Amino acid sequence: MKYFDIIFENKTILLLFWIILILSLMKPWLFVNGILIGSLYALGSIGLSLIYGNLKFANMAHGDFMTLSSYVALALLLFFFPNSEQSPSVGPFTFKYELLIIIPIAVVLIGFLAVLFDKLIYKKLRDLGAAPAAIALTSLGLAVGLRGLIQFIWGTDSTSFPRESKLFWDLPFKVKIPPDMFFCAIVAFIIAIAFYFVLFKTKLGKAIRATSDNPDLARITGINTEKIILYIWFIGGILAATSGILISVQQAIITPVMGWKILIPLFAAVIVGGIGNPIGALMGGLLIGITGELATGWINPSYKPAVYFLVLLIVLLLRPNGILGSKGRQF
Amino acid sequence: MDSILYFLIGFFIMSGIYSVFSVGLNIHWGHTGLFNIGIASFFLLGSYTAAIISSPPPSLEKYEEYIWGGNLSQLSVLGIDIWFPIILLLSAIICILVAIPLAIITIRLKEDYLALVTLGLAETLRIIFVNETWLANGTRGLYSIPRPFDFIDRGNYDYIYFVVVMITLLFVYFIAEKATNSPWGRVLRGIRDNENTMISSGKNVLRFKVEAFAFGAGIMGIGGALFTHGKRFIDPITFEPMLATFIIWSMLMVGGSGNNRGAVFGAFLMWGIWTFTQFLPGFLSDANLRFVFVGMIIILFQLYKPNGVIPAK
Repeated sequence: MKYFDIIFENKTILLLFWIILILSLMKPWLFVNGILIGSLYALGSIGLSLIYGNLKFANMAHGDFMTLSSYVALALLLFFFPNSEQSPSVGPFTFKYELLIIIPIAVVLIGFLAVLFDKLIYKKLRDLGAAPAAIALTSLGLAVGLRGLIQFIWGTDSTSFPRESKLFWDLPFKVKIPPDMFFCAIVAFIIAIAFYFVLFKTKLGKAIRATSDNPDLARITGINTEKIILYIWFIGGILAATSGILISVQQAIITPVMGWKILIPLFAAVIVGGIGNPIGALMGGLLIGITGELATGWINPSYKPAVYFLVLLIVLLLRPNGILGSKGRQF
Repeated sequence: MDSILYFLIGFFIMSGIYSVFSVGLNIHWGHTGLFNIGIASFFLLGSYTAAIISSPPPSLEKYEEYIWGGNLSQLSVLGIDIWFPIILLLSAIICILVAIPLAIITIRLKEDYLALVTLGLAETLRIIFVNETWLANGTRGLYSIPRPFDFIDRGNYDYIYFVVVMITLLFVYFIAEKATNSPWGRVLRGIRDNENTMISSGKNVLRFKVEAFAFGAGIMGIGGALFTHGKRFIDPITFEPMLATFIIWSMLMVGGSGNNRGAVFGAFLMWGIWTFTQFLPGFLSDANLRFVFVGMIIILFQLYKPNGVIPAK
């Protein structure tokens, strides 16, 4: 519970929490939406935070990995099941059975792609001893290139997975959610729990945490840090891909710019939670999701990115190490 | 033949405008190591400032919806359009006024944070200009923006604007050279290479960084104003990150960061590649392949030639 002590120490942050709480009570349906959307942001930001904390640079290509994963999943789906448009959809959800088979394949593919990019690009930069900003700049180049490639292959128009319209669920307190949203949030939480299990209960997780804490010390104790970095990229890629595909299932749209647009809320979530703090990233993602949805109750929804930006600025002003981050400077 | 010359002049105008941005980014990244991926925000601010201040007030005939038009373009003394340098200056000042608080918030923190904040600012400003139609005509954009010195030759105006751009570029280049070759510029490079040495020699590093950020942002504002009066039409889509941020980064990477000559050279080279690849046959002229190309330029230069084609001395 030490995370929550920090919230009560800082009066401004406590005040902001009270504001969020009161607004949630006024429009509880937005709060529920916020948690469901925030869980997907959380999944993306856990992966981003993992890479940021271990490799010490802001991975600007994370969002475009998410976009790429959606397009890869769609391409695989149309390749293996050309008739999926006609097939029945799963229970109360809008997507088809085939998508459930395709998702794991696409996710693992993107994980291996992340490893490949590390071997091709980031490994060389590490060997050159490049500064974190230079590595971040290279990842920006990768982001631009990936988006160009996506637009070249699949076009700039938006598309979506084969789907069938379904009724929304009507719950008490004016909560009205599409079933897909609920499904995506559940999957996101399961993946997050699985990730925490790997990170905190397995030998691999221990090695990852050791590498993150002090790479030199980890190497001395016999951990092959280069191999661990590949695992980190693989896990980061998997988390990005799952989050990307779930977001495009939930929003029923895939666009080439969706990954770029999501970078700001993801980074805001990572910084709110404290860079390299996996549990913090989950909390940060939920908080960002809730704040963004609550804001739509009072201001024009198209200002949502501006709200994320505002949250980022407030956090940088008040607690640059993150609300849930460690007290000292981490890096 | 004439049309080819006219096309080339248009190409040089755009290259000149991008050179101004590239020189501005060079102050940020090349000289100080500030990671700004929101060039679009200063581009936008400079452009809209210039457009709003120079345009006449909104009138019913044009159905233009914006809050206020400065109508500064009527100001000319002895037939010389002195309003144009005033506009450039005002655009720079607006950008500096936005840059300073932003820099003070973020520069004391981790260096990546500046990147995130500038990225967010660019997106936020664009959304504001899309949604607040009363501010600057929303997505319909501002058009028929006045141009300087257009009384000389309205028919072949591009030749005149070419001269205007080149003079402004020379001016900006001269200021940037002067500043970066001064003791102030040496401190900036010292900060870039080793911040702790500079702190230990008693320099107020934070202050130098904020100054450098404001200076570069001001130059970008001038670039934005130049762009506005050249194109005579701006809308929020003009400031999508691809053409307003990423391509400028690739220009600086190619030319060589830390070197103003390299920044200008890179701008001409990259804009040349960007412009002339559209004449390639078949799918090679696809605009999206140019995106891939810009991305690969950034990656490859970071990997194999981090100092660019013309390395700094």
